[in-house]
Amino acid sequence: MFDDFFVRALLAGIGIAIIAGPLGCFVVWRRMAYFGDTIAHSALLGVALGYLLGINIELGVLVVGVAIALILLLLERDGRLPRDALLGVLSHSTLAIGLVMMALMSSQKVDLMHLLTGDILSVTKFDLAVIYGAGLLMLIGIYTIWRPLLAVTVNEELARAEGMRPEFARAAFLMLMALLIAIAIKIVGILLITSLLIIPAATARRLINSPEQMAFAASLIGVLAVCGGLFSSYQLDIPSGPAIVLAALVLFILSYLLSTMIKKRI
Amino acid sequence: MLQLIPTHDLKAARLSTSASQSTSESQKLISLRNVGVNRDGRWLIRGIDIDVAPGEIVTLVGPNGSGKSTTAKVALNIIKPDEGEVQRKQGLRVGYVPQKFEIEPMLPLTVSRLLNLTAHHSEKEISKALELVGVAEHAHTTVQTLSGGEFQRVMMARAMLRKPDLLVLDEPAQGVDYSGEIALYDLIKNIRNDTGCGVLLISHDLHLVMAETDIVVCLNGHVCCTGTPQVVSASKEYKELFGSRAVEGVAVYQHHHDHTHLADGKVLHSDGSVTDHCHPEDGHHDV
Repeated sequence: MFDDFFVRALLAGIGIAIIAGPLGCFVVWRRMAYFGDTIAHSALLGVALGYLLGINIELGVLVVGVAIALILLLLERDGRLPRDALLGVLSHSTLAIGLVMMALMSSQKVDLMHLLTGDILSVTKFDLAVIYGAGLLMLIGIYTIWRPLLAVTVNEELARAEGMRPEFARAAFLMLMALLIAIAIKIVGILLITSLLIIPAATARRLINSPEQMAFAASLIGVLAVCGGLFSSYQLDIPSGPAIVLAALVLFILSYLLSTMIKKRI
Repeated sequence: MLQLIPTHDLKAARLSTSASQSTSESQKLISLRNVGVNRDGRWLIRGIDIDVAPGEIVTLVGPNGSGKSTTAKVALNIIKPDEGEVQRKQGLRVGYVPQKFEIEPMLPLTVSRLLNLTAHHSEKEISKALELVGVAEHAHTTVQTLSGGEFQRVMMARAMLRKPDLLVLDEPAQGVDYSGEIALYDLIKNIRNDTGCGVLLISHDLHLVMAETDIVVCLNGHVCCTGTPQVVSASKEYKELFGSRAVEGVAVYQHHHDHTHLADGKVLHSDGSVTDHCHPEDGHHDV
């Protein structure tokens, strides 16, 4: 059944959605949507580097993503620029460098549209092995840093006073984000990856009352969005990446209406 | 709700404190020695010496920006001092109630989950702690819907669950109304009396915390003056720092025992009698 491109696409999307659930919750709780965008934009530079050095594209994206996360950590500690200004500088400059490099590489014609919106139907068996291998490690990683990262998210100084190690949890979280974006670029693309992190988490928030439940619910909603998006993409012949995001949007609106109805009844 | 403390009790409490102060240095919970914190070439605090012994309530007072919170954060190991040293008793357990803060509304968090944030406590322990601070009914309430006073009580319960040797409270009465504030300081006193823990309290209203405080440290980047509340409030440095109005505030407090306005509008006098109204000769009151 792995020979069917549609089954491979479905499995890849489901794998990404499961990991994006808990990570997306932290992106929403820590107000890091712009950070997700920045890492995603830097992926274009990663792709260009990958072609230039003749290495695996995902590896190029991962290296650049980790580098950007580290630069951000260092500059943030320096404290001369506020975080969102820093992100603005990093986000658009890496995007621009990536675009210029690609234009200069005349020998390699890169399909920019696929990079921007994803190409889930071209997932290979190797891609699947990478997604589920890395995904398993990442879930273990999230489980390990869950408590300190949640404590830091509630109040950093409280967590520090009570012996948690905020630096480690925060750095590990940024690395996990870079890793997720590297393996997810192919599925939903640079422009849409942040939405897969944020929309399921925001959808789950309306229905749930504990952080752990919200993480599970976000994963589940992400999986539903991937399935709904891919089937409608197949049926209606629309691009798969945007279709997945739109399916997530439909679930978000439904949860919004549902929670409004519940509130009115009370 | 408000326990009125006759002056002779205060004296007794202070005597016992001076006895505890004579204990050896090694029994201090925490000692800051000549501590300084420098940010961008400016000393936020410098030359700070503070000790907290078990069972002792030390209050930091000072105007905004005088380095009260910075000092507390150095004591808590949140900030590393650029100068001087901090000594902690080995295995010191700290309970911390930070300055009033908001919890991200997108984060679904109930009170009992907040109490379990950095360590696990049983359901029974949690409901006991919440009961002690008077918010037992809120165990499963979403934290973002609590009032300011309820939230501070929950944070207090949270700090107590850690069975701390040292309780650090940064403006615990912020966003709490006057009578809630009195109840809060009462609670701090009870915790100290029941557990024997040391308390490092930050407050801007000396006249309210005075009754229970053993030592007041008056800060303005450096230690202006330190000593018993009476000594500090009478000192020249304190008057210069806060102006004569603050000193009047202390004076008001000392008349505070005269009478208390009850919820039904009646007046409870210090001799225990209750009347419908207060009279000018009853002295001042704050409520």
